[in-house]
Amino acid sequence: MAYLELNNISKTYGQGDHATEVLSNINLSIEEGEFVAIVGFTGSGKTTLVNLINGLLEPTSGEVLFKGKPVSGTSHERGVIFQNYSLLPWLTVEQNVLMAVKEAFPKREKAVYKRKAAHYIDMVGLTPAINKLPRELSGGMRQRVAVARALSMKPDMIIMDEPLGALDALTRGTLQDQILNIWGKDKRTALLITNDVDEGIYMADRIIPLKPGPRATLGPEFNIDIERPRDKTEMNDNESYKKTRNAIIEYLMDIGNERKSEATEEYELPDLTPKDFVYQFK
Amino acid sequence: MKQSITLGKVTKFMGLGFLSTLKDLFTGKLEKEDLKSFLRKVVVPLASILLFLGLWHLGAKSLYNTEAEFKIEKALNDQGPEAAEAMRECIASGDISCQPNTLPSPAKVWDSYQSLLKDHQIISADKAAFAEKTAALNEKRVAEGKEPIVYTGRPSFVDQIFRSLKTVFAGFLLALLIAVPLGIFIGLSPTLKSAFNWFIQIFKPVSPVVWYLLVFMIVKTLLIDSSEDSSFTISFISVGLCSMWATLVNTAMGVSAVDKDYINVAKVLKLGTFQKIFKVILPSSLPLIFTGLKITMSVGWMVLIAIELLAQSPGLGTFVWEEFQNGANDSNAKIIVAMFVIGIIGFLLDRLMLFVQNSVSFEKTDAI
Repeated sequence: MAYLELNNISKTYGQGDHATEVLSNINLSIEEGEFVAIVGFTGSGKTTLVNLINGLLEPTSGEVLFKGKPVSGTSHERGVIFQNYSLLPWLTVEQNVLMAVKEAFPKREKAVYKRKAAHYIDMVGLTPAINKLPRELSGGMRQRVAVARALSMKPDMIIMDEPLGALDALTRGTLQDQILNIWGKDKRTALLITNDVDEGIYMADRIIPLKPGPRATLGPEFNIDIERPRDKTEMNDNESYKKTRNAIIEYLMDIGNERKSEATEEYELPDLTPKDFVYQFK
Repeated sequence: MKQSITLGKVTKFMGLGFLSTLKDLFTGKLEKEDLKSFLRKVVVPLASILLFLGLWHLGAKSLYNTEAEFKIEKALNDQGPEAAEAMRECIASGDISCQPNTLPSPAKVWDSYQSLLKDHQIISADKAAFAEKTAALNEKRVAEGKEPIVYTGRPSFVDQIFRSLKTVFAGFLLALLIAVPLGIFIGLSPTLKSAFNWFIQIFKPVSPVVWYLLVFMIVKTLLIDSSEDSSFTISFISVGLCSMWATLVNTAMGVSAVDKDYINVAKVLKLGTFQKIFKVILPSSLPLIFTGLKITMSVGWMVLIAIELLAQSPGLGTFVWEEFQNGANDSNAKIIVAMFVIGIIGFLLDRLMLFVQNSVSFEKTDAI
């Protein structure tokens, strides 16, 4: 049985005439230890999908199964890394991580918590900034705190909602490597939501495009069989990489064009001729 | 070289920095910036204060003359030219009995301020002497189980200030204790919000005078057996009830409008209700709560004067009212002194709140 299973999920916002079906007929299964990426355009319902999986939202129909049990509400077993970091601005780096540790492992000694928090902060290389407030950190550093916070709960699965979306290309690259490094250590199941095809190919075992909403649904999946650890420069010359990349991009472009042509409607324009103002000033 | 620097300094000091050479501009650019901020932060406020005092002086003088002429005119019409001449001389001589009663000039207000301070020193000395004189007797009385004799003389202006501060702080504390917890509950629960909404909307705009009367009705009956003076109790409760609305509304708003991201974090981390309120909701709504508390403090100080005046509770309000009733030669000047003292203390209270806010809140607010 799959580790995470989504069966015929659909999600509708609003009711009656105002109802919008954001996700429709989503089927997905992720095996233990697998790294899956979902790529999609902005506004295609990616965040809704993530919130269904982590338990912040409930599906209108269908079911989400995690380790064979239906998901109801959030759980420490599924760690979430949000798109906009969502660090509490009044707590320091350490306090932000400590809060998660304390909730995930209740009734331990203070020193144990401190050690655990320090361990995860060290893992993302933020030990020198341990007593800083989020606003004193750069975007990349903040996201690393969010990574440390999610990992510190020792989740069985990590769900990342466009974690690197707001970062510059260089920081993105480093953080991708860091996340892969941490993932490679204990091979936890991971789900990455992204809008960057290259990022998906570089990081994941499997890429699934999300057809844009309303009524978004998952497209055909692409397996990436490039050996890990992957090297960005070498990958550019890898034939299978090129093929997969082109296939995904073509697929996404096609949906994009389809969507555009759907939106094209013929408007009848009024028959007007511009007035000539020039002669007035002669 | 040396000369050019001196020239630069002089021109800059005169605010004519553009006359200095290009080189001076480059080497002394920072200084020029300093001068600009010095001008803006020190010279401009000083100039505006002087302008204000000047206008006040001229206005007071013109009002004084109008009043004086009216007095002379009246004497002329009522009692004839001789009385008018006597009145003119009397006013010119500065005799207290016939001074025109109008807006006092800055100089007069300053004199009154000095005399109030002197009065305070006299009363303090008197008090100290009284305490010394009765020390032995009081000890004996306490030992016998009787009430000690206390000083019952007239309070000085400074005493009145402290009484007022005591009232406003008691009222503020009451507002804080009622409005913040209630605001949190209202903000957390939509049901409570709709239950309390009409209540808040109706009672918020009620005038301090009416609050005073309401509190008076209730407290008078509650303390019917007590022989103690209830004016302080009545006035601080009125101040609290009158000023708590800003905090109530702001707290409720801050609590109900916590960033959705933070709520999601709380859910994902599976924080308990208690933890969620104290670790996420309250810290995030602190800036708004403090905005409310700041408004409460300033409203409390503002209505305090009116309420003290009505309640006859000792303090600045009573001072102003008594001086107005007194009608002595320097009463008007004393009222103006009280006005400035009230304004300056209000300003200091606001800065105090800002200081507290910045030391507990994660968002730093700038002074306005």
